[in-house]
Amino acid sequence: MHKKVLMSGNHVIGEAAILAGCRFYAGYPITPQNELAEYMAEHMRKTPGGIFIQAESEIAAINMVLGAAAAGARAMTSSSSPGISLKQEGISFLACDELPAVIVNIMRGGPGLGNIAPSQGDYFQATKGGGHGDYRTPVLAPAHIQELADLTMDAFDLADRYRTPVVILADGMMGQMMEPVIFKTPPPRQYDESYVLKGKEMGKSRFIRGLILDAIRMEEHNWKLYRKYQVMAQKEVRYEAHLIEDAEIVIVAYGTAARIAKGAIKRLREEGYAVGLLRPITLWPFPEKELREIAKKVNSFIVFEMSTGQMLEDVKLALEGRAHIDFYGRPGGVIPTPAELAKVIAYKARRNER
Amino acid sequence: MKKVYSRPKSLKPTKFHYCPGCGHSTVHRLICEVIDELSIADRTIGVCPAGCAVIAYNYFDVDMIEAAHGRGCAVATGIKRVLPDRVIFTYQGDGDLAAIGTAETLHAANRGENFTIIFINNAVYGMTGGQMAPTTLTGQFSTTTPFGRSEKLDGYPIRVSELLAQLPGTVYIERCAVNSPLNINRTKKALKKAFLYQMDNDFGLTMIEILSQCPTNWKMSPPDACRWMEEVMMKEYPLGIIKDVTAIKGAE
Amino acid sequence: MITKTIFAGFGGQGVLMMGYTFAQAAMMEGYHVTYLPSYGAEVRGGAANCTVAVGDEEIASPIASEPEYLVIMNKPSLLTFQNRVTHGGVIFLNTSLADIKPTRKDVTVHEIPLAEIAETIGVPRGQNLIMLGAFVRKTSLVSPQSCLKSIEERMKGKRGAAWESNRRAFMAGYEWGQSK
Ligand code: SF4
Repeated sequence: MHKKVLMSGNHVIGEAAILAGCRFYAGYPITPQNELAEYMAEHMRKTPGGIFIQAESEIAAINMVLGAAAAGARAMTSSSSPGISLKQEGISFLACDELPAVIVNIMRGGPGLGNIAPSQGDYFQATKGGGHGDYRTPVLAPAHIQELADLTMDAFDLADRYRTPVVILADGMMGQMMEPVIFKTPPPRQYDESYVLKGKEMGKSRFIRGLILDAIRMEEHNWKLYRKYQVMAQKEVRYEAHLIEDAEIVIVAYGTAARIAKGAIKRLREEGYAVGLLRPITLWPFPEKELREIAKKVNSFIVFEMSTGQMLEDVKLALEGRAHIDFYGRPGGVIPTPAELAKVIAYKARRNER
Repeated sequence: MKKVYSRPKSLKPTKFHYCPGCGHSTVHRLICEVIDELSIADRTIGVCPAGCAVIAYNYFDVDMIEAAHGRGCAVATGIKRVLPDRVIFTYQGDGDLAAIGTAETLHAANRGENFTIIFINNAVYGMTGGQMAPTTLTGQFSTTTPFGRSEKLDGYPIRVSELLAQLPGTVYIERCAVNSPLNINRTKKALKKAFLYQMDNDFGLTMIEILSQCPTNWKMSPPDACRWMEEVMMKEYPLGIIKDVTAIKGAE
Repeated sequence: MITKTIFAGFGGQGVLMMGYTFAQAAMMEGYHVTYLPSYGAEVRGGAANCTVAVGDEEIASPIASEPEYLVIMNKPSLLTFQNRVTHGGVIFLNTSLADIKPTRKDVTVHEIPLAEIAETIGVPRGQNLIMLGAFVRKTSLVSPQSCLKSIEERMKGKRGAAWESNRRAFMAGYEWGQSK
């Protein structure tokens, strides 16, 4: 057991990754995640077998990760929104080639160059495939620094278990903020090495490829991936339910927004509103069943995001008209206060009563 | 009777899909001969491109991975850093290496990554049907330069080897061709030297540029293609060693 | 309860270190803590600030829209932040680098001549720790012992001459707080 330390989110991801056995990192500078690359630059060199490369571009970085993953390393890259757009090519190839890797997105305001303030505008990109072709990636959305450490370690296991790229989706605030954290000692890496290219050695030569010209065989590959995604959807959903038991209104929020929501709920409860929170920890797979379960008792949901409403669509799809859904969002890098959110929710609650 | 010719062991007994007279088949064979002669089939990993050679893994009996268009050098970087004692090569065409993958190529060279680029220059995009490549000659016809490549509108043919030779990270660059028995022999020697250098060192990029016939998109017969390469293409891309600091290093 | 403090000044004044030392001390005492530094374009041009929230319950937002405490190391920071502090809050002001008074009349102001104190004790680079000492004495959010331990931790447990200067600076501020 490690001792409790005060660390920033960006550094925590780096440390957790190295503890989890990550030995290859390639990245490119972009705010607000530079401290992660800097941490890796320093600590990978101190770790036996650790490799750090400052790549010439985001595209190169993700493709280096692909090469390293094919060669059997636990590999990671990180960036922020515009940089993640550039990485989509490589993520799509990783998904197709079924190679494990971890991709960290410390989101900032967008679209375009946007700004460097914390935002949640990349939900669609992260959860709906992001790059070209028919694929999904598991998306982990931590809301505090301890969880960030734990999920970073879990991300590598998930990547190995399903041979898939895994996305950690946080925002600038999670990257910059410090909170106390205790690092776990993760179990040693366990995975099926059969895909790793090392040179054929004594055996038969192998190849990793994504080009499948024959449509029927490509279709087979698509269905194979799809079945894998179905298993993940069955087994890997994670969420936190906060004060749901007696709730009449349930906020759905993730990451930083969920923290704000908790603050708002505290105020609202003091004013007599029975409000709870469902916080998806995996954004894909999305806790659909859990939402539907809650909707058996609760008729009023409020989706709160630091965007104009992206997860909102998944909530609507999950509830299929079973409950009333409101939305409140602040895009562009604005972080509302818990007081502001509480006011909005109280207003909506009163209006819905009428 | 003495056997003077047979299929190299690391060339799979698969029928090539390349067009008749295409340079790719010859280069594939040469690479396999070198791999066999150096006895490195068990520890070689190749990176194949998007382009006509996209399914090169069907021919090479070594571990192979396919890179996204232009990303060969980034993928090779990842592999070589993780497995420094393996022999890594990328197989890339002119569009892959010198257009969409320029940044990856240049920076791998600048970092002195210790792998070998096998650069196929046929002055045209073969797979996609004969569009202009960065190496297309001035005045050369292609489907996207239907009036001939114009320097003013389309830019100049890029001499990648000379460009990369400027970088301290490159140690050995030679331009070869596969249009005649003599040139084919020289190509094989160059490939062998590049692999040998890579095996004996832990730093420095090696690249063999190979002028390769694409009779299909040049719209010539295979013999005419070999002649055109000698008479026209080699004027723009003269053969020979562009850079070699391996010998200097050996003398020290 | 959750208490929020903004530490502000210019880069090189040890503003972030002051906030970090305090936050770490609070962590050692078992509190919930968040520390949020300014970053990116915000810190171009030399400004530096950080927000520390300390509480006995989970902290929702690490941002302070209405902090209880403001620790101000120079004049531009006073102008930037004085309107943020909550009604009835407290401003700690380095009068050595701020020759104006806060316009807010609904808050308590502690005026601390950091340069002067630093000179008296012979630790010219200890101004941030003098401020932290005064802050800790006046707020009682954490104990001085925890703060000293946090400083030591930061210096990787080395108790050399630098540690002695730091301790002296912190204690000078603490005693200043006691005397006022
Ligand atoms: S199109 Fe050109 S390069 Fe491609 S296989 Fe045919 S001849 Fe070879």
